[in-house]
Amino acid sequence: MAETFYEVMRRQGITRRSFLKYCSLTAASLGLGPAFAPQIAHAMETKPRIPVLWLHGLECTCCSESFIRSAHPLAKDVVLSMISLDYDDTIMAAAGQQAEAIIEETIAKYDGNFILAVEGNPPLNQDGMSCIIAGKPFVDQLRHVADHCKAIISWGSCASWGCVQAARPNPTRATPVHKVPGIADKPIIKVPGCPPIAEVMTAVITYILTFDRFPELDRQGRPKMFYSQRIHDKCYRRPHFDAGQFVEQFDDEGARKGYCLYKVGCKGPTTYNACSTVGWNGGLSFPIQAGHGCFGCSEDGFWDKGGFYERLTDIHGFGVEANADEIGGAAATVVGVAAAAHAAASAVKRALHKGDDQ
Amino acid sequence: MSGNTEPHKEEAVYVYEAPVRIWHWVNAFAILVLCLTGYLIGSPLPSVPGDASGYFLMGWIRYLHFSAGYILAFGFLFRIYWAFVGNSHAREIFVPPVWKRKFWEEMWHEILWYLMIARRPLAYEGHNPLAQLVMHVAFVWAIVFLIFTGFALYGEGAGMGTWVHTLFSSWIIPLFGQSQDVHTWHHMAMWVVICFVIIHIYVAVREDIMSEQSIISSMFSGWRTFRNGRPKDHGY
Repeated sequence: MAETFYEVMRRQGITRRSFLKYCSLTAASLGLGPAFAPQIAHAMETKPRIPVLWLHGLECTCCSESFIRSAHPLAKDVVLSMISLDYDDTIMAAAGQQAEAIIEETIAKYDGNFILAVEGNPPLNQDGMSCIIAGKPFVDQLRHVADHCKAIISWGSCASWGCVQAARPNPTRATPVHKVPGIADKPIIKVPGCPPIAEVMTAVITYILTFDRFPELDRQGRPKMFYSQRIHDKCYRRPHFDAGQFVEQFDDEGARKGYCLYKVGCKGPTTYNACSTVGWNGGLSFPIQAGHGCFGCSEDGFWDKGGFYERLTDIHGFGVEANADEIGGAAATVVGVAAAAHAAASAVKRALHKGDDQ
Repeated sequence: MSGNTEPHKEEAVYVYEAPVRIWHWVNAFAILVLCLTGYLIGSPLPSVPGDASGYFLMGWIRYLHFSAGYILAFGFLFRIYWAFVGNSHAREIFVPPVWKRKFWEEMWHEILWYLMIARRPLAYEGHNPLAQLVMHVAFVWAIVFLIFTGFALYGEGAGMGTWVHTLFSSWIIPLFGQSQDVHTWHHMAMWVVICFVIIHIYVAVREDIMSEQSIISSMFSGWRTFRNGRPKDHGY
């Protein structure tokens, strides 16, 4: 039997008083009422630390980089006290044979009782050869571990949607976790973002471990507590949007005054994430606050939705790149000109045949 | 042919009932407002100067768009209801009789008429087959598409748990992949309707002049008058 969270924390010299404070803070950071603090404490005293295998496919490690910067709770608390992070080839001390052996060890010891966290995704073309882990295609490792896990966390936009390696034309056929053919039918929670916000990642883990289940998910499998609102809905520049005050160019007066970045391509109105409430780097800032529009990194296929600095998406397939309004405007012009020409022709014809009937 | 010898015979048929006529003009006005404000939401006006607290320009534009959207949607629902309880002409744009041979034959004649090959148009109490099909595809279905995508986008702002979000956004946004694509398609459908409106107005004016029946005044009075007697066979 693995140690409980509480035992591990006490062993690390944390007093019971600090432990209870921690439980209250966690309840608050999850948006739960005070009544939940004792529940969290109880869970941490009685439940064993759940082992987590954190696999890395095609990715850039930005999810891990984000994760280790979590401030509430601190990533070290999560890794050392809350979960038993058995395998994470990027941050683990072991390497090579020893590291890979841990996966089989965990599967043997906790079959069906560990969490599989996936950062990145597997490429399917060329039999998965574009991503090799320990001499084998990553897709094989992913399927194997998924067969034995309890649930899957899809970290970041790679695992959730595909992200940059899946952008058109997706040469390696990089595929998000839930679309991998033959993957075990396990519950999947998507935590999209490139990367996801650190506090969102640790909060999702805390929630899963505390309540032994996923937080409430939306239809696309994202936790509602962080992905139910758009950046735009809680943006501090929203009053400028409502007033009709926009940055027209990045060096204009509006940019200096902190106007809305809508016209320079901000994707805040179409992006579901918690950046405008939780913020980044311990709540210090987020892209819009730094003067750059959101480019929708947590949305499905965001690399293929036109320029980051254009409000409307360019549509391909007409031989030209044009957005919906340019295409529609051209169509309306053609129809208008055709109608005018037809009217002229009708008038001429009528004039020529006038009197034919009489 | 006739002209001087036979007496002028003008007959009239009551085609568009009052609710249909009121709906037509309310709907036309709503579409006008929706296109103008919708375009300005996608491509906003130049920035207003001064303090943000003094303005609500974008807010008003969006408010008008949403209000007109509600009017269009509920008007459309009413129009569907009227298709059931109204006269047979009230059903025309919803169910073009595409299964009837005569429908396609007369549509061909209508196409020849617009190509200026046919010398005389056929007379109809209601819509001609071509008009009926175009209205069904480029108006009815375009409007249905716009109402659904429009409410899906509106529900995003209204938020999870609201009826708009539950009924529309919760399944339409995932259906398209994400919100940005829904915006793009909503724009495209608007241009379909704009093209329809251009053709609709042009053809209404042209037919009013060149065919043998009233068109424009019928949508005000409800009566369709025929310069050379009403058509003997008007159904399919």
